Amino acid sequence: MNLVLIVLVVSVIAAVLAAVLVFADTYINNYGECEIDVNEGTRTYTVKGGTSLLGALTDQKLFIPSACGGRGTCGYCKVKVIDGGGPVLPTEDGFLSPEEKKENVRLSCQVKVRGNIKIRIPDDLLSVREFTCVCSRIRELTYDIREFRFTLEEPDSITFVPGQYVQLLSPVYAGSSEEVYRAYSISSNPADTAAIELVIRLVPGGICTTYCFEHLKEGSPVRFNGPYGEFRMSDTDAPMIMIAGGSGMAPFNSILHQMKSTGCTRTAVYFFGARKVRDLFYIDEMRAFEKELPNFTFIPVLSEPQGEQWDGETGLVTEAVQRHFNDASGHEAYLCGSPGMIDASIVVLKKLGVPEDRIYYDKFS
Amino acid sequence: MNDSAGLMNVFVVCFAAAFTGNILLTTFLGMCSFLAVSREVKTAMGLGMAVVFVMTCTTVLNWMLYWWVLVPLHIEFYRFILFIIVIAAFVQFVEMVVERYSPPLYYALGIFLPLITVNCAILGTSLFMVIREYRFGETVGYGFGSGLGWMLAIVAMAGMRQKMAVDRIPKGLQGPGITLIAAGLMALGFVGFTGVLQAR
Ligand SMILES: Cc1cc2nc3c(=O)[nH]c(=O)nc-3n(C[C@H](O)[C@H](O)[C@H](O)COP(=O)(O)OP(=O)(O)OC[C@H]3O[C@@H](n4cnc5c(N)ncnc54)[C@H](O)[C@@H]3O)c2cc1C
Ligand code: FES
Repeated sequence: MNLVLIVLVVSVIAAVLAAVLVFADTYINNYGECEIDVNEGTRTYTVKGGTSLLGALTDQKLFIPSACGGRGTCGYCKVKVIDGGGPVLPTEDGFLSPEEKKENVRLSCQVKVRGNIKIRIPDDLLSVREFTCVCSRIRELTYDIREFRFTLEEPDSITFVPGQYVQLLSPVYAGSSEEVYRAYSISSNPADTAAIELVIRLVPGGICTTYCFEHLKEGSPVRFNGPYGEFRMSDTDAPMIMIAGGSGMAPFNSILHQMKSTGCTRTAVYFFGARKVRDLFYIDEMRAFEKELPNFTFIPVLSEPQGEQWDGETGLVTEAVQRHFNDASGHEAYLCGSPGMIDASIVVLKKLGVPEDRIYYDKFS
Repeated sequence: MNDSAGLMNVFVVCFAAAFTGNILLTTFLGMCSFLAVSREVKTAMGLGMAVVFVMTCTTVLNWMLYWWVLVPLHIEFYRFILFIIVIAAFVQFVEMVVERYSPPLYYALGIFLPLITVNCAILGTSLFMVIREYRFGETVGYGFGSGLGWMLAIVAMAGMRQKMAVDRIPKGLQGPGITLIAAGLMALGFVGFTGVLQAR
């Protein structure tokens, strides 16, 4: 009796409120068709307004880097919004430097498409595609680093500049309830366009790396998008200092392949930091590059060689760099690896005279 | 009670809600947004004004729902769930309307609205309004006053934090630590109002 009445009343109240919201969503939240103009008419898209700019572009298969899935926490999804973006929101504030604000840089996941909008993005991003592929080989490189080879299916070839990275999709699996994308530098030869190889280090408890190490098998389907990134070899002749640790090896392997195939004679010294002998990998490959490239030297550096058979360099990788150079002012430096290692290396390189604008790096954070 | 006494009462309730019974500093409701959005006076002001508006409107809406629907049907205990639904729906609705028809207002206040849906001070105000059996006029005063008090507290806090940002604070206390201590001291300060007026 009374119970029925109660249920009825509560339902009616909820239904009325829901109806009001549905009404508002269809009539008030309807921004009609909006036009997104990319790089002054290079591309134009007509989209339904009311969504985030990042989402609208992804729907159009234009991929802007994003590591947090549009929650405004990674700061990767920056684009220049020339017109129609509205003022900067507090959610973006922390990610934008004063210069970027002056140049109308915005986080595309926070900008909502409410009307026609004009944006500018690096031309590289226009060639970013989504790839479906199959994991065709997994190789154990060290106890916590593996090499993954992905053979492309659709599209069936990729063009990238050595040093660039892709964003690998970690799907929903037992232990992770969300799809996330993580950045991994391509380690393979750019001439090998039918596949890419990644060198991935297991981060204990990490979403994507746990997926790669425990769930991804040879034969599994894989998706990624890319290529992204400005990290690459410059086109000068300046001698190069390369510094990497752990999976930071990846982009250098690709760069060395490219140097080999273009017959590059630039001087390059590559310092690779590791703790123990068991953390070293690709040693044979590096020794082969030393033979094939006239001016390339590979210097592995172990920080904890105690009790091991090791007659190479020891200590921190930055110490080895300091022992090797008195003055490096004419050099360019290329760094890849953990933020800690990169920050320490930058300090040392600046002390050795390398100008800051010639220190290039990708922080694996 | 004649009209002028009634009006007087509304002001008393409003004043008491803003100062002596400040919802944030005496009951510590609405703490999460208070701590999260009190870094800058400008944003604190925006959030504060949004809270004043939403608190006033939802308290009134919930008053009508409670006295006109729930009490006659003797289903008062459903207020917990229904109040939340009303607040959430109202906030969503206002957000959509403001975003569509007044972009400047949206950028100033609207972006804070989603934060408010989960602000427990809003629900708290509606529930206190029931416990204290306010009449309609008093409810308006109470909702508005509570919002005003909340805004006052967060703006004051933002002012302090802007100053503290450049102060030398022991490492372990930086961030939330010193903020909570400051909030505690502010609450003590507001206790000073207690003698002035007591909310019923
Ligand atoms: C441009 C770029 C290129 C990259 N290239 C490579 C690459 O070639 N090979 C590679 O292995 N990784 C690379 N990374 C790092 C990679 O993108 C992921 O951050 C890393 O694999 C962790 O992902 P996850 O989902 O497993 O961990 P998450 O679930 O994201 O993180 C779990 C926890 O581990 C911490 N964490 C995240 N990353 C690291 C890390 N690298 N070391 C220690 N702790 C961490 C997080 O703070 C978090 O607390 C690159 C990153 C960038 C930005
Ligand atoms: S996608 Fe991460 S901040 Fe926009």
